[in-house]
Amino acid sequence: MDKWVCEVCGYIYDPAAGDPTNGVPAGTAFADIPDNWVCPECGVGKDQFSKA
Amino acid sequence: MQAVKLTDKVWWVGAIDWGLRDFHGYATSRGTTYNAYLILADKVTLVDTVKAPFKDEMMSRIASVVDPKKIDYIISNHAEMDHTGALPEVIDEIKPEKVFASKMGVDALNAHFHFDGEITSIQDGENLSLGNMNVTFYETRMLHWPDSMFSYLHEDGILFSQDGFGMHLASSERFDDELDVSLLKYEATKYFANILTPYSGLIPKLVEKLGKLDLSIKMLAPDHGPVWRENISKVIGWYSEWAEQKSSKKAVIFYDTMWQSTARMANSIADGITSAGAIAKVMPLHGSHRSDVATELLDAGAVIVGSPTINNQMFPTVADVLTYIKGLKFKNLIGAAFGSHGWSGEAVKLVHSQLSEMKVDMVADSMSVKYVPRDEDLEKCFSMGKILGGKLIK
Repeated sequence: MDKWVCEVCGYIYDPAAGDPTNGVPAGTAFADIPDNWVCPECGVGKDQFSKA
Repeated sequence: MQAVKLTDKVWWVGAIDWGLRDFHGYATSRGTTYNAYLILADKVTLVDTVKAPFKDEMMSRIASVVDPKKIDYIISNHAEMDHTGALPEVIDEIKPEKVFASKMGVDALNAHFHFDGEITSIQDGENLSLGNMNVTFYETRMLHWPDSMFSYLHEDGILFSQDGFGMHLASSERFDDELDVSLLKYEATKYFANILTPYSGLIPKLVEKLGKLDLSIKMLAPDHGPVWRENISKVIGWYSEWAEQKSSKKAVIFYDTMWQSTARMANSIADGITSAGAIAKVMPLHGSHRSDVATELLDAGAVIVGSPTINNQMFPTVADVLTYIKGLKFKNLIGAAFGSHGWSGEAVKLVHSQLSEMKVDMVADSMSVKYVPRDEDLEKCFSMGKILGGKLIK
């Protein structure tokens, strides 16, 4: 599964780690993250991410 | 000190930092202001505070219109310390009923000041009643920090926009129409270039959001510089324009030099650019600040960078500016590298590689000279400039 990077702040979403503190379990592909999820570092939406 | 009236109910109670010349690496040749605003509603509300050393100035301006202890609410639109440095002491002193910040703002304030449950989180679009007046909050994440938000006072049509639409300009004039527009445009450009360029992609969305909200903005009140009341649509238009980072026929040449060889190359390149009908802005780094280079790059079409080689490295001032502008993520630039060396000559390759990493389109071959350029070397520099200039005027 691909890693995705936040174009705004540089945070990298790693599907292997997920974002459990914000309700995204480890092993979740970026495409399967709910649309209302935001970058845990800077708070911008999913639309600001691109494939790392 | 005195507060300045914005409307019957709203007063500017900020501080003027006449002597500031360096704002975390940004040259503030005209000083700055830290704006705080007082809303004399049923619930007396303070919007933002000031940098810590200016707390007394703000408190005395507040005291000129109301006993500071009568403040019920504080709204923190932005957690950065030039607007919150005074906050912990102000909270201790006036003991407000509530302090409001965005969700990310609560996290940021806690991380700065180690508060414990003192800040109330508010949501994007949430309304706060001040009794006889109403404020609505709009998150503006990453414009320019995660916590950033705007607060809109409905009854008086004032949008408190924290750093958005701000500028570093110390003045006793509090309104845009009391100042020269070209000065405002220059300082607002510099502010955008140095603070907001990396987040340019978010600006069109913000402008669209403001349009959809259809607010009746009579005043746009940022946290630095004058309050906009005459040129509101103009400054919003400038933001849309700057965010596009369109190419232009201006080339910025910045360089440093040890024995004038790289300087002579720079001047010949500039000559070539001009001969093609384009514009050259030459910025020797021994006389140009990184934040001024960034300002010039915002509306440029090319960046051409020169460095001598010193002990197998590029010159430190060049590394400084390259690092700085890399972070600002300028777009739509063509470029080239040049420089002189005695032996080894790594600098030009290092500069070339850094510019490539920044996605600058390197349209001309690098130009490297041993020790002192001969006439034919300067002619090659001129040709390089002519090629670059030719591409800029297309």
